[in-house]
Amino acid sequence: MEMKRYICDALIIGGGAAGCYAAISLSRLNPDMNILLVDKAPIERSGCLAAGVNALNAYITKGQTPQNYVDYAIKDGHGIVRPDLLLTMSERLNHVTQDMEQLGLVILKDEYGDYVARGNRNIKINGENIKPILAKAVRQAKNIQVLERVTMTDYMLEHNRVIGAVGINIEMDSLVEIHANATICCTGGASGLYRPNQPGSSRHTMWYSPFNTGAGYAMGLRAGAEMTTFEMRFVALRCKDTIAPTGTLAQGVGAEQVNALGEQYQYKYGNTTYERVYAVNAEVMAGHGPCYLQTTGIGQEAEDSLLKAYLNMAPMQSLKWMETGRGPNEQDVEIEGSEPYIVGGHTASGYWIHTDRSTTIPGLYAAGDVAGGAPQKYVTGCFSEGEIVAETVARDLAARGKEKGVLNQHSTQEQGSLQQGAEKKNLGDEVIAQQELSPEGAALYGECQRLLNTKNAGLYSIDELEEAMQTAMDAHAGGIGTVYRYTERSLDMALREIDGIESLLNQVGAEDMYGVMKYMELKDRLLVCKTLIAHLKARKETRWPGYGEYVEYPELNDEFNCYINSVYRDGDIAILKRPLVEANGQLSARGVDQLSVIGVNHPSVKGGI
Amino acid sequence: MIHIDEQTCIGCTKCTKVCPGNLLVMKNGKSTSREPRACWSCTACIKECPVQAIALYTGADAGGRGGLLYAKDSGDILTWTFQSVEGQTKTIEIQKNQSNNY
Repeated sequence: MEMKRYICDALIIGGGAAGCYAAISLSRLNPDMNILLVDKAPIERSGCLAAGVNALNAYITKGQTPQNYVDYAIKDGHGIVRPDLLLTMSERLNHVTQDMEQLGLVILKDEYGDYVARGNRNIKINGENIKPILAKAVRQAKNIQVLERVTMTDYMLEHNRVIGAVGINIEMDSLVEIHANATICCTGGASGLYRPNQPGSSRHTMWYSPFNTGAGYAMGLRAGAEMTTFEMRFVALRCKDTIAPTGTLAQGVGAEQVNALGEQYQYKYGNTTYERVYAVNAEVMAGHGPCYLQTTGIGQEAEDSLLKAYLNMAPMQSLKWMETGRGPNEQDVEIEGSEPYIVGGHTASGYWIHTDRSTTIPGLYAAGDVAGGAPQKYVTGCFSEGEIVAETVARDLAARGKEKGVLNQHSTQEQGSLQQGAEKKNLGDEVIAQQELSPEGAALYGECQRLLNTKNAGLYSIDELEEAMQTAMDAHAGGIGTVYRYTERSLDMALREIDGIESLLNQVGAEDMYGVMKYMELKDRLLVCKTLIAHLKARKETRWPGYGEYVEYPELNDEFNCYINSVYRDGDIAILKRPLVEANGQLSARGVDQLSVIGVNHPSVKGGI
Repeated sequence: MIHIDEQTCIGCTKCTKVCPGNLLVMKNGKSTSREPRACWSCTACIKECPVQAIALYTGADAGGRGGLLYAKDSGDILTWTFQSVEGQTKTIEIQKNQSNNY
């Protein structure tokens, strides 16, 4: 196996909405900076937006203000959000939208040239090609190099500072080690922790990308970064079977939720995101299901438009309407809750970050779905965070350069060649020997060797262990199977099961580097599961019915008007309670909060919390 | 999920360069999926295929009834063609410079 070393100023891990926009922003801020954007797949269609997106859900429409948007997100997150992060994100929503239009995104305008709003916060677009548009802008920037089919697996640390990351290239069958002065994590959230809606052949027919495996969370946890609010899982209300988005129906054509008795019931439950999911759960549990979005009678023209809208975002829904011969005009659309996801673009789970999007570890930054505290980011909010993180990195690297007298110890020579030539330069790409590897690189090398030597001789396969994990999480950590409910005892059980599955990891092997990648994904998901269970257990209340119900603690509890955070230490997950950050952001997250470790959530250590 | 028609595939490798799951690889000069069940149904490969060798279908466990959905990218227009089991077809043209209405 070949080993390659790359050296850059800024490493961006993940080329989705946040990562691509961070790269573009950083390139604009400093055209001399060496930027390396790494993605596990080709960036033309990688990440959540592969199929496209049908609307921009975060936009400050006429008459609204960024503060209105913050207030909406605070209500929707029942108070457990970061107003400072939300405000800084919201203030940029319109600016990044205009930038995307200039890059080529089609946005619907009225006769006066204004964007046409869909409700209070959304605008209508044709976002089928949003990823190719972003990828084109990235590839046009001369100081961004893109590394594709490379999965990063661990950060490299030196004196408690992140100095880059190690990973594998599944196309070249090589190990890569990337040294960077700044590392920006934009890997997205985690799907596939729980048993999905269709666990069989269509197991990847899910809303969130099945290729978002929680790698960024797991890498951060292993490096000691602090995480927040994993317990606020996102359960998406989706079209049954296809798990396609429902907002286009609810907001686009104004379809109301209706039960099998033909009753509109949502007024009984409230209208936050989690209440809309809870409404369906409650109606089905009461025997009034199935539930639908009432689209019958919307008219043929509306139906034709919907077929197009879904082809631009979730084509399987259009296929379903066509192959059943009954479109939304003739038949209501059945709805259901998805498997629970961990996704910081919709709920508040992710890295605990400062207002400037730096994490708790020097040298490491986070933006997009992997960053916590700022839900309702959606696509444009990920762009906002990409731009904010770019400004922070540009500032920090300039400061470090002054401190050291050079911008970048590693790449001063390379910068010279960059300024001289108009050609896009190739960073690093230096083949190194095994003994030159960093400790993290050496550990990864050992793991790859073991997996590739074992091949498929182990008793269990990676797929079997993934299925076991999803089954355990579904049954005992509040999956679809229990209508998202869990108890202290069931969570203890889930933790033991996940521990048990983790102990089998050394028995599986891999046929090739693609198999090694899948093994790493499983390992990451298992750690995310354990952390999630610890968070669920710690918040002894039910704050977001619909996303989850803690059976012993069905009510709200003022004691939990705080963030539940976690740090992975010596194989255990320490849970921290942090006070809510004030709306003005003055109570900075930067180490001034009083921490109280309320438990090490590992039965083998202390019998749980 | 996707169905690749081996006879139609010309081995151009375009589809292998857009899959967000790195699932498509070349085998004996034809595109093939490493793991058909791992497909997200994003249709990136379908839109990329110049000869309509790849179609979207829905798994029976997700309510699929054998319909196939093809796409053809002609620059300004994306043309989707649905084909039912009975052989009926429906074509939907989407102008790329036009926004969705919803």
